[in-house]
Amino acid sequence: MSHEKVLMKGNEALAEAAIMAGCHHYFGYPITPQTEVAAYMSKRMPKIDGGVFLQAESEIAAINMVIGVASTGKRVMTSSSSPGISLKSEGLSYLAGCDLPALVVNVQRGGPGLGGIQPSQSDYFHATRGAGHGDFHMIVLAPDSVQEMVSLVFHGFDLAEKYRMTTMILSDGTMGQMMEPVSLDMGEIKQYDKPWALTGTKCERKPNIVNSLYLQPEELEKRNFERYEKYKLIEETEPMFEEYKMEDAEVCIAAFGVAARVSQNAIDEARKQGIKVGMIRPITLWPFPKKAFASAAEKVKSFVSVELSMGQMVEDIELSVRCKRPVLLCNRAGGMIPTTQNVLDKIIEASKL
Amino acid sequence: MIVFEKPKALTDAVLHYCPGCTHGIIHRLVAEAIDDLGIQGRTIGVASVGCSVMAYNYFDVDMVQAAHGRAPAVATGVKRSDPNNIVFTYQGDGDLAAIGTAETVHSAARGENITVIFVNNAIYGMTGGQMAPTTLPGQVTQTSPYGRDVKTVGYPVKICEMLSQLDGAAYLERVAVNNVKNIKNAKKAIKKAFQNQVEGKGFSLIEVVSTCPTNWGLPPVKALEWLEENMIPYYPLGVYKDKYAEEVK
Repeated sequence: MSHEKVLMKGNEALAEAAIMAGCHHYFGYPITPQTEVAAYMSKRMPKIDGGVFLQAESEIAAINMVIGVASTGKRVMTSSSSPGISLKSEGLSYLAGCDLPALVVNVQRGGPGLGGIQPSQSDYFHATRGAGHGDFHMIVLAPDSVQEMVSLVFHGFDLAEKYRMTTMILSDGTMGQMMEPVSLDMGEIKQYDKPWALTGTKCERKPNIVNSLYLQPEELEKRNFERYEKYKLIEETEPMFEEYKMEDAEVCIAAFGVAARVSQNAIDEARKQGIKVGMIRPITLWPFPKKAFASAAEKVKSFVSVELSMGQMVEDIELSVRCKRPVLLCNRAGGMIPTTQNVLDKIIEASKL
Repeated sequence: MIVFEKPKALTDAVLHYCPGCTHGIIHRLVAEAIDDLGIQGRTIGVASVGCSVMAYNYFDVDMVQAAHGRAPAVATGVKRSDPNNIVFTYQGDGDLAAIGTAETVHSAARGENITVIFVNNAIYGMTGGQMAPTTLPGQVTQTSPYGRDVKTVGYPVKICEMLSQLDGAAYLERVAVNNVKNIKNAKKAIKKAFQNQVEGKGFSLIEVVSTCPTNWGLPPVKALEWLEENMIPYYPLGVYKDKYAEEVK
C-alpha cells in the first residue's frame, strides 16, 4: 500500500500510519469514538514481528505502560477520548517530567463529565495548557483530514523523539469516523540516538535512570528552566499552519480540525457575496502559530474563531494579536458542529465591524 | 579469601532509610538474587512511591521511577518492550495495596512475566505514618489515632491470599526479615521469584512483612518483636500459590 491512495476511516488510517512509522507497541482502553484505533491495532499488531497490542485495565494503566515502553526508547502510543484523556493526565505529567517521547491521540468528544459521544474540540485547554500537574507542554497537532491523520502521526513521532516529549494528536469524532482517500507513503523515518534508554546495562555502562523526582528545589528549578529553553526553541521553529485565501482578506477565520473544513465552505460562500475573508488554520495548537496571527492583525480588521467548544482557542488568538483587533467567536458545543450558515453569519457580522 | 561482600547489583550509595528499617535487608536480598542468577546486565527495576522511591540510587541496574501505584503497569511496558530483560518492581503497601490495587490485580491476572517485591510494614512510612491498607485492626497511626476501627474503615487487605484466587498468578509467597531463619527463607523466595521470570513462568510476587520502627514508635529490636507478635499472626508466612509446583503434584 505504498504509493497508491486507499480509502480509509480516519481512526484506522491513523493506526496504520503509526505502525508504518515504527510504532510496534500500543496500549489502550475502549472508549467511543476512538475504539477503532484499538480494534485496528489488535488485528495488526500480532502479525508484526515484536508487535504488542495490550488492552489495559484502565486508561491510567495504559498510559503507564506507554511510559514503560517509552523509557526503553521504542516508539509507543496510546489513544483515547476526552474522559479517558483526563485519566491519563497523571501519566502525561510523568512523561514530561521524565523527558520521554510518546504519541497520545485524543479523539475528542463533548464534555465535561461523561458528556456525550459526538465530536468536540473542548479539550483544547487541556491539551495546550493543562494536561497534568506541573510546568510542562506537549506538542499538539490538529489534523483536518484523513490524510493529515496519517502525515501528522509520522511528524508527531519525529517531533516526540527529536525533543523527548509527548506529542498529542488532537483529533475529534468527525476526523476519526470519516473516510477519505489517503496515501500512507511518508518516506524515510529519521533515527535518533537514545543513550538515555533503559536497555539493560549489559554490565558495560553506568545504569540509566528515568525519573521525575528532584527533592532539591534548586535542582528541580534547573530542570524546569532547561525544559522551557527547549519549549522556547520549539515555539520558534515548529509552528505549523495553513492559510486559505488570506492574500486580500479583511476578515480572518481561525479554525482547526473539522471546524476548518466547515469554515472553508463558509469562506467560499462569503466570497461569492463579495466579502473578503480568509483563514489561518493552526496545525500545531502548541506551539501556537502566534506570528501568523500577529502579522494578519496588521492586515485584517477582525478575526473569527470557529470552535466546537465554548471558546478556548479564541484566547490564544487574542493573545497573539495582543487584542489589537476584535476577535469574535462562532461556536457550537456539546457535540454540535457549526453549520456553514452559522459561520457565514458570523463572517458577515465581523465584516461590518 | 573474601567471605562476605556487598552484592554487585547494589551501588555504593548510602541508604537513606531510618535506623532499624528492614528495607536495607530486602534491598540486599534482591541484589543477591540478581547476582546469583547473573542477570544484572539485563535487569531493569521499577521504583515506586513511598520510602523506597529512591531505590534507583541503590540498585546498580537501569531503573525507572513510576507514579504512585503504577509500577506494575510501567513494568508491563518495560517487559513487553523487550521480554528478554528481567523486570522487577519494588513497592510498599500503600503503593501496591491501595492506590495501585488495580495495577497489582491485573498484572497478576494477565500473568505478566515480572517480579514484584512487596514490602508490607502496615503503615505509610514516607508521609509520616498514616494508616495503610495493611494497618492492623486497632493499630494506632497518624490517621487512625484511636486505633484502626474496622467498623468504620474496614479490614486490612491480605494481598497474597487475594491474588492466590487469580489463575494468572504463578508464584505468591509471604516472607519476613525479622530473624536469620526468616531472612534465609526470604532470600530463597526472592531468588525463586526472579528465577521464575528467567524461565518465563509469569507473575511472581513476594510479600515481605517488615518493620517501620520510626512510625511504629518503637526501637528497632522492639519493632521486630511487635512484628512477630502482631504482624505474622495476621499475615501468616508461607507459599500462597506456586502454579508450577501444583502442576508437578
